Amino acid sequence: MRAREPFQFATAVYVVRIGREEATTLLELLKGIETCTDASIFNHTFQSLGRHHFLTEGFSNDFAQWALTSSNRHALAEQLASLDIRDYVSMAELRSDLRRLLFEYCEENPREAAQAAFETFYFCESVEQRVPLRLEAWTLEEFRDAIREVGHGTLQFHYITSRVRLHLRTNDFSHWLSKELGLRNLARKIDEIDIYTNTLDSIRTTMLQLIGKELGQ
Amino acid sequence: MSETQVQTEARVSTLDDYAGVVGTAEIAELRALAAPLKGRSVQMVNSTSVGGGVAEMLIRVVPLIQELDLNIRWDVITGGDEFFAITKAFHNALHGGSYDMPDESFQTFLAYTEQNRARMQFDCDFTIIHDPQPAALIEARTNRSGHWVWRCHIDLSQPNRRVWEFLQPYVNRYDVAIFSSPAFARRLPLPQYLFYPSIDPLSEKNRELEPECVSRVLERFHIDPDRPILTQVSRFDRLKDPLGVLRAYRLVKRYFDCQLVLAGGSASDDPEGGAVLAEIQEAAGRDPDVHLLNLPPWSALEINALQRASTIIIQKSLREGFGLTVTEGLWKKKPVVASAVGGIPTQVIHKCTGLLAYSVEGTAYQIRYLLSNPNIAARLAEWGHEHVRENFLITSNVRRYLTLFLHLLR
Repeated sequence: MRAREPFQFATAVYVVRIGREEATTLLELLKGIETCTDASIFNHTFQSLGRHHFLTEGFSNDFAQWALTSSNRHALAEQLASLDIRDYVSMAELRSDLRRLLFEYCEENPREAAQAAFETFYFCESVEQRVPLRLEAWTLEEFRDAIREVGHGTLQFHYITSRVRLHLRTNDFSHWLSKELGLRNLARKIDEIDIYTNTLDSIRTTMLQLIGKELGQ
Repeated sequence: MSETQVQTEARVSTLDDYAGVVGTAEIAELRALAAPLKGRSVQMVNSTSVGGGVAEMLIRVVPLIQELDLNIRWDVITGGDEFFAITKAFHNALHGGSYDMPDESFQTFLAYTEQNRARMQFDCDFTIIHDPQPAALIEARTNRSGHWVWRCHIDLSQPNRRVWEFLQPYVNRYDVAIFSSPAFARRLPLPQYLFYPSIDPLSEKNRELEPECVSRVLERFHIDPDRPILTQVSRFDRLKDPLGVLRAYRLVKRYFDCQLVLAGGSASDDPEGGAVLAEIQEAAGRDPDVHLLNLPPWSALEINALQRASTIIIQKSLREGFGLTVTEGLWKKKPVVASAVGGIPTQVIHKCTGLLAYSVEGTAYQIRYLLSNPNIAARLAEWGHEHVRENFLITSNVRRYLTLFLHLLR
């Protein structure tokens, strides 16, 4: 089957801009989350997961990591780490839930909330530069071949950060497979791959296995 | 070509050579990123062409950016012993130490800056000035056509006020500043970016070595390959706390029959190395298991072999820029125990890619823990290697520069 519109592969590269906000207590972290830019929330969640994709246990986002290693607040860290970025299509929603979890913890634990952490949390922003690649797929076979050869930046752009761009609860790959090739089951299975317990390479491997099955290989 | 312009080595690795390490896709993405920048001119300026992390990085980055069809050159400022004594004092003071030089030293610094300004040309689309030594060259900016970037590789979080108040007016005139960690940045009236430094996986210091080569180096330095080897590689500099490493080793030695290797050298802009080495020699006494190796700048192969032979890599710095020797250790799949200072926590994510320590005793404890738990050490080392591949290789550094250039042109 041939799509009406091809899948156009692109990648995104980032530089990190150092922000103005910083936090040495949980209360300051809460304040920073309330006031920092969307680009900062993105940097410390979506983008951070991509930078650390090879850690298949113990890492979810920068806020949870700081609560764990610098503030020694295991329960809070667990809650912050439990936020799944796949559930969010806007930074406002994600910020709201991060804020709620921190606010509730600080309300219930006022003494801990004001205690100085071992290291400062520095809010930073991701500055994105999108780069179109001269690579497109019209069929599932071409799509498979392209998935084999693209880099981590491309996988991250289309599979992880695409939700924020599309404002849809799916990723670019699944969106195209479903819309253009009518492969809804394959699209769903690809969307269900756990980005927290897989590396970008193992996500690629799982995708290729699923596509292989679809192609009867 | 000016007399201060650096010629990078004749045989350098090409972009395609890196495909085996980072994959062909990453290289293709670099080429796509660079395409809109074809023909743009870039000038890198620093204070030494030999020794130290900045020079090592530039030696590799410059040819790669050139291969991507940008017109790049690398200039090194010149100065006598007097100038480099002042810049070394600046360096220590900006790391938080005292500044005991007379007021005239600032004028001397500016006089050498003026000599360099007169000798060099500044006509590029992007001028990247590395570190404080050439920072005042911003005086050479004559129009707004090119973008001026100050790349600060050192920790400016607690600078000596006298030195910083002298330098800051110059820094404020740049378009953007780049730091190796957000913790190093200052409140400045210009955008500040985070660039991690990088290592070259294909360089003599980091490439794969045959086991025989590693064995030969150990034999040459009389190091026993059959007992644990704890290694710190860094310049002989008090900020690297070599005496603290020695004390940590002695605490570990009570429980493990290990050896300590302190391998270093000195850069052409560091006049203090000899005195620090003498202090360590005196403290080490006649312990045959302490190996103090004062290596010349051309010892990349030896450093590589020593790191690969090590059981654990230590970096117990009191202050640190980024800590490229940590990066090198992680890349070689070695468990790392390091101080939580400067850029080290960015590399050593505690209990994920290595172990952090905050004291001599803590350093000794973490070393003992890893020696007792080799499986955990191996897992940390594996993830540490991936962390470097993803974030701290030279190709990532090239990507960041290209991305920043594109962003500045928006």
